[in-house]
Amino acid sequence: MENLLKTDRNSTQKPYKTRIRGIGRYGIFIAFMLICLVLSVVTPKFLTVSNLLIVVTQVSINALLAFGVTFVIITGGIDLSIGSIVAVTSVVAAMFAHPDSYPVIVPILAGLAAGLLLGAFNGLVITKSKVPPFIVTLGTMTIGRGLALILSKGRPISNLSDSFNFIGGGQLAGIPTPIIILIVLFIVCSVVLKKTVLGRYMYAVGGNEPAARASGIQLNKVKMVVYTLCGGLAALAGILLTSRITTGQPNAGVGFELDAIAAAIIGGTSTTGGTGTMTGTLIGALLIGVISNGLDLMNVTSYYQQVVMGIIIIGAVVLDSLNQTKN
Amino acid sequence: MNPDYILTVHGLTKSFSGVKALDQVQLNLRKGEVHALMGENGAGKSTFMKILIGLHTPDSGEIFFEGSELKASHVSEMLKKGISMIHQEILIVPELTVAQNIFLGRETNGGLFGWIDEKKLNQQAAVLLEQMGVSISPTAKMKYLSVAEMQMVEIAKALSNDARVIIMDEPTSALSDKEVATLFSIIKDLKQKGVAIIYISHKMDEIFEISDTITVLRDGKYIDTRPAADLTINSLIQLMVGREIDSLFPEPTGHKGAEILSVKNLSRAGKFSDITFEVHAGEVLGIAGLMGAGRTEIARAIFGLDAVDSGEIYLKGKQLIIKTPQDAIRQGIGYVSEDRKGLGFIPGLSVKHNITLSSLPNHARGLFIQDKSEAATATKMIADLRIKTAGMDQKVMYLSGGNQQKVVIGKVLLASPDLVILDEPTRGIDVGAKFEIYKLINRLVSDGIAVIMISSELPEILGMSDRILVLSQGKQTALLSKAEATQETIMSYAVH
Repeated sequence: MENLLKTDRNSTQKPYKTRIRGIGRYGIFIAFMLICLVLSVVTPKFLTVSNLLIVVTQVSINALLAFGVTFVIITGGIDLSIGSIVAVTSVVAAMFAHPDSYPVIVPILAGLAAGLLLGAFNGLVITKSKVPPFIVTLGTMTIGRGLALILSKGRPISNLSDSFNFIGGGQLAGIPTPIIILIVLFIVCSVVLKKTVLGRYMYAVGGNEPAARASGIQLNKVKMVVYTLCGGLAALAGILLTSRITTGQPNAGVGFELDAIAAAIIGGTSTTGGTGTMTGTLIGALLIGVISNGLDLMNVTSYYQQVVMGIIIIGAVVLDSLNQTKN
Repeated sequence: MNPDYILTVHGLTKSFSGVKALDQVQLNLRKGEVHALMGENGAGKSTFMKILIGLHTPDSGEIFFEGSELKASHVSEMLKKGISMIHQEILIVPELTVAQNIFLGRETNGGLFGWIDEKKLNQQAAVLLEQMGVSISPTAKMKYLSVAEMQMVEIAKALSNDARVIIMDEPTSALSDKEVATLFSIIKDLKQKGVAIIYISHKMDEIFEISDTITVLRDGKYIDTRPAADLTINSLIQLMVGREIDSLFPEPTGHKGAEILSVKNLSRAGKFSDITFEVHAGEVLGIAGLMGAGRTEIARAIFGLDAVDSGEIYLKGKQLIIKTPQDAIRQGIGYVSEDRKGLGFIPGLSVKHNITLSSLPNHARGLFIQDKSEAATATKMIADLRIKTAGMDQKVMYLSGGNQQKVVIGKVLLASPDLVILDEPTRGIDVGAKFEIYKLINRLVSDGIAVIMISSELPEILGMSDRILVLSQGKQTALLSKAEATQETIMSYAVH
């Protein structure tokens, strides 16, 4: 019996594979630091407090969207509608944000409600119909864009109150408010993913859906919450954007979903579900922001920037899959 | 070098996770012999075979095939050289035809843009299948074949590759007795043709029936190679586990208590009908029957994975409406599926996270998981079930089959069930680990849990059950007491 009683020989040693994975996980962080290093050598303007604050401020909207879509991708789904949710939220919030109309909490709640509703709509159709999330959210993407145009009659909504414009344009203790919002939501989303029952269930559903069901997890409930959450985060991104550009813009957010998905994937979230972290996604979003800022500073035109960004997205996934096959 | 040997291996070493999976392993394979490779789970059999077919690269060691050293390290290269493997989980493309599967990747000589002559391939496939003496149409879609037929197609594929060494990993695990007989006659044919077969199985009677030579591995090390005729089941088990096992089944310890589950006239169209039985606390109800008799389907229905059309389920006298597995778990029913990979665990999650998955709210305050309570529970369960793992944060996909099974059982137990349904609990698990699972079942029973055990292995059913429900084609044909049951009576009711 002794060989069965014996625990693993190397139980005290950290498993080799975990170590390799560890390097893989930090790989994106190391790449990020390297790029920052190169940029600060090439363009002296890069490594200044004011520039870095600008970068992070610019990144904040994409990061919020990416947090939401990370939840969705971990469960094995996808959400293409978040760019349109940004537009709907932008219009809805702006409608309630004129000076001397409502307190600032009203446009925020109205925008948030719009995003949550569209997210819940995604969740409802996906769980009730069994149509793939790709198709459902593609439909919602078009519906959302249409709704934004209908509600705004196709025109931007300007003349917003100062208190509303403070959300995206203000500063607290010298730090731009979008950065503070970003940090708070990063912490909240990380905690949800790592510390809550819901977060664990997300990994389980994305990792092996039938086994998750057989373990007593209510798949529909988890998916419902996840798509609603994603819609809510897109709404917050939309409110932030509206406040920054001080306009409700029905054409806002076109293509934002792709940047958000890119950030999640660069950050190591597997497109097949079951893995991913908020830290990875945050670094992914920062990486995209830093590169586009660096290329701006080096006077590279936006045409070339797109090519570079595409190469980076593919490169990140190729590196990740090489890392996986090595194991 | 002995010219009789088609394949010789020595000094083969391979490490994963800092653990040596193989340590100085050797093998001498003769032409035309069936060579059984035996060992408990985690003994290194799979790793060894994966090296031979080029899925893993060894850290050190030499492999000689037909006299020349093998350096190739890619599946397609090994296939070209003549080493093929029939996997335990059959690898096929369900939407393609039999012939298309047989010649997959070798349809033409023209590469990706070559023209496929379907007619010719179908003819060649028909010839191959005919030579093997099986009647499978080359143009049938793979997905409509039985598991046994799929296996025959895999063998045909190996032969079409001009395989001189075929590795068979648990080839009979999903076959009926008749199908096993067909497989064995094909194997004997292959021997005649000089094909060497490396045979991996946990079924002792098969090993002694089919193999000429037996090599035993234990804990990644080479133990011994002997002619099969020189060994008995007991002496072989002793070599495998490094100790003596006096009995295959532990002494039962349960005392029959109150009725836990009662099923009345349960039916599901096309699967089973009019199933009526009850299970008491402290007893094991065995469910026997051939493949397709409806055993797993009944378990799935009781657990809420499938809906029933009619009938009633009572737990402790209270009628239950079970629509989802969650309902079943809440009511105190646990299910360990036969499909461990598909329904049992989440491969990418750690041992700890898998174990607590069904009882997570017990380790949470509100929405938040209490890390300490979760870790303590997992640590206790790992020790309790003797799960061999590099730690509770090890991903379950890196564990051996037996240990994965224990993780699933641990998960089910943590939801504090009154009734546990074990579906093929020892499938693909080696002797030593089997004995541990049996002891675990006895422990559940003596703790007053009611157990339903579904199994295809009659000795296991006979050794473990207090009563045995026999099914045939979706109908119950007998409910036997331990005293009445023999292999013969069970079989006669199973083919009713």
